[in-house]
Amino acid sequence: MAAFLLRRILQSLVLVWIVLTITFFLLHLAPGDPMARYEHPDISPETVMKMRGQLGLDRPVIEQYFIWAAGFARGDFGVSFRYNRPVGEILAETIPNTLRLTVASMALYVLFGLALGMMSAARRYSAFDRLNTIVALFVYSIPSFWLALMLIMLFSLKLGILPSSHMQSLDSASMSGIPLFLDRARHLVLPAFVLGVASAAGLARYMRGSMIDVLREDYIRTARAKGLPERSVLLKHAFRNAAIPVVTILGMSLPFLLGGAVIVEKIFSWPGMGGLMVEAIYTRDYPVVLAVNFVVAVMVILGNLLADTGYAVLDPRIMSKETGR
Amino acid sequence: MEKLLEIRGLTTEFVTSEGAAKAVDGVGFDIGAGETVGLVGESGCGKSVTALSIMRLVQYPPGRITAGSVMMDGRDLMKLPEKQMRRVRGNDISIVFQEPLTSLNPVFTCGEQIRETIALHQKMGRRESRLKAVEMLRLVRIPDPEKRYDNYPHQMSGGMRQRVMIAMALSCQPRLLIADEPSTALDVSVQAQIIELLLDLKERMGMSVLLITHDLAVVAQMADRVVVMYAGAVVEEAPIDSLFSDPMHPYTEGLMASIPKLGERLERLPVIPGNVPDPLRLPSGCRFSDRCTKRIPKCLIEEPPLFSPAAGRLSRCWLREGIGR
Ligand SMILES: Nc1ncnc2c1ncn2[C@@H]1O[C@H](COP(=O)(O)OP(=O)(O)OP(=O)(O)O)[C@@H](O)[C@H]1O
Ligand SMILES: [Mg+2]
Repeated sequence: MAAFLLRRILQSLVLVWIVLTITFFLLHLAPGDPMARYEHPDISPETVMKMRGQLGLDRPVIEQYFIWAAGFARGDFGVSFRYNRPVGEILAETIPNTLRLTVASMALYVLFGLALGMMSAARRYSAFDRLNTIVALFVYSIPSFWLALMLIMLFSLKLGILPSSHMQSLDSASMSGIPLFLDRARHLVLPAFVLGVASAAGLARYMRGSMIDVLREDYIRTARAKGLPERSVLLKHAFRNAAIPVVTILGMSLPFLLGGAVIVEKIFSWPGMGGLMVEAIYTRDYPVVLAVNFVVAVMVILGNLLADTGYAVLDPRIMSKETGR
Repeated sequence: MEKLLEIRGLTTEFVTSEGAAKAVDGVGFDIGAGETVGLVGESGCGKSVTALSIMRLVQYPPGRITAGSVMMDGRDLMKLPEKQMRRVRGNDISIVFQEPLTSLNPVFTCGEQIRETIALHQKMGRRESRLKAVEMLRLVRIPDPEKRYDNYPHQMSGGMRQRVMIAMALSCQPRLLIADEPSTALDVSVQAQIIELLLDLKERMGMSVLLITHDLAVVAQMADRVVVMYAGAVVEEAPIDSLFSDPMHPYTEGLMASIPKLGERLERLPVIPGNVPDPLRLPSGCRFSDRCTKRIPKCLIEEPPLFSPAAGRLSRCWLREGIGR
């Protein structure tokens, strides 16, 4: 297991490096200029040239790449062109916010996806299953930004029970403990719902299919023949087997969740990496784009690694193949 | 002999696109306490469905028990509330399936799957039930049972897995063990070992056994009485000795002609020409009439009832009409 993990981590590092290098050159090849926003009658071209020199933007792209790469390898993400602050500092502020949103969405995603899928499979072709299928199809096919706007309209504007934006109330500075937690939780509900539950529709379909396959297996009949209650048959004997193929889907869905976070953060003014990334791309803030890209790549790879590990933990047949038993 | 189980008029249908197929059609027989009853018949004649119906393990859809009763201790198992039926399964009646390779759950250890059954029915804690499970593994002669307890099914051979299934089935000292072709799917060399093990365990534990097989040689070795099934119905019933010396149904005669006799060398064993009819396309009159070598005109018109041509014997054949009783 340890050797397997180590090999995967090394592979991943190489992969991240390749991704970043490609991003670097794509950014520099793409039209647009970080200095474009200083093109202003009051700012002389000489000043802009000087700033360009200070930021190293006047050197050949290859040279810029090696300077950036050398810094990056040492853990120095550079300085944001736009905010004139170390990128590391900016990330330290935004990553936790994005994590809060993605972890909450992921939890909802897994919970709803697996539970609805299992319930549908257990009551196959029942009214519940049919309703579930229709709702899933509906939620699956509507764009998340539209769903977000509809939910804001309903819960924030019409009913006024949930906040429509930001991570916490303006007066939250005066709160602490449970009220602060509740305030933040209330702010989390809509964005996490849009991000997590909407994508859970797809996961539920996978889980349903996987579960239906497993429920046909001979060992499920054995479990019933022992006299186990249907609950144990489903939750113990069927679930663990049905989850094995779904874990792979979970690993693959992390990039989609992060991609979705960009849009959702923008709509809900969530001060996370998504908003930061969008701004950075608009203003050609190369160091920020590259650093966010790095964080996302690491998270995606981590997700896949977790999925592979989970896969091996759930299915004893994988482990014995690895150890050659 | 005291009766343990009285099966009467058991009928199980499968819903198909062409209508309801009666896989088991009014089956009835008794099983005495401590008795071994052989249930024989060609592939597809409804032996497994009979076994599953007794335990109420036929899954709907597509299967449904539509009529009949199975009396045990003065209760009709077919009418028992599901919760009480669960206490019968694995505890009073247990079953060893035809498919040893797929009947164990691949993600749990063999020991755990036995332990679970014990803990379920015998109100034992984890430690105690584990010890008992190891004991069961030893009883079915699995070498090194403490170590084998932690093996997953894929780490065991087919014969070993069937031993685990037998250990699981016997772990709560059931009064009836249903062994559904316990050795058919195994290597020939292992088949004899499994049958021998069952004989030995039966001797030691004294439970009743319903031994399902299409191998009359196995029946001759183990059973006290034999029930012959054809196309979903009982066609003959007899004590073991008189069945072999004097079969009273042409189908049984056909089955017996296909057993290789010791020292006899045949290029090809005679088999009954034709196949078991589809339950939806039974021939008119007697269900065996299309393959019968002793057919009389009446056989094509009317289905014969079970006649009792001699004490303790039953035959569903017009040729036995009016003989005996
Ligand atoms: N799940 C099912 N759906 C539809 N038909 C079924 C199902 N299970 C069994 N049957 C039908 O019931 C009939 C009897 O099958 P059963 O498995 O009891 O035969 P068997 O006597 O056990 O044969 P074998 O010796 O091959 O095990 C067959 O015609 C089969 O097609
Ligand atoms: Mg069978």
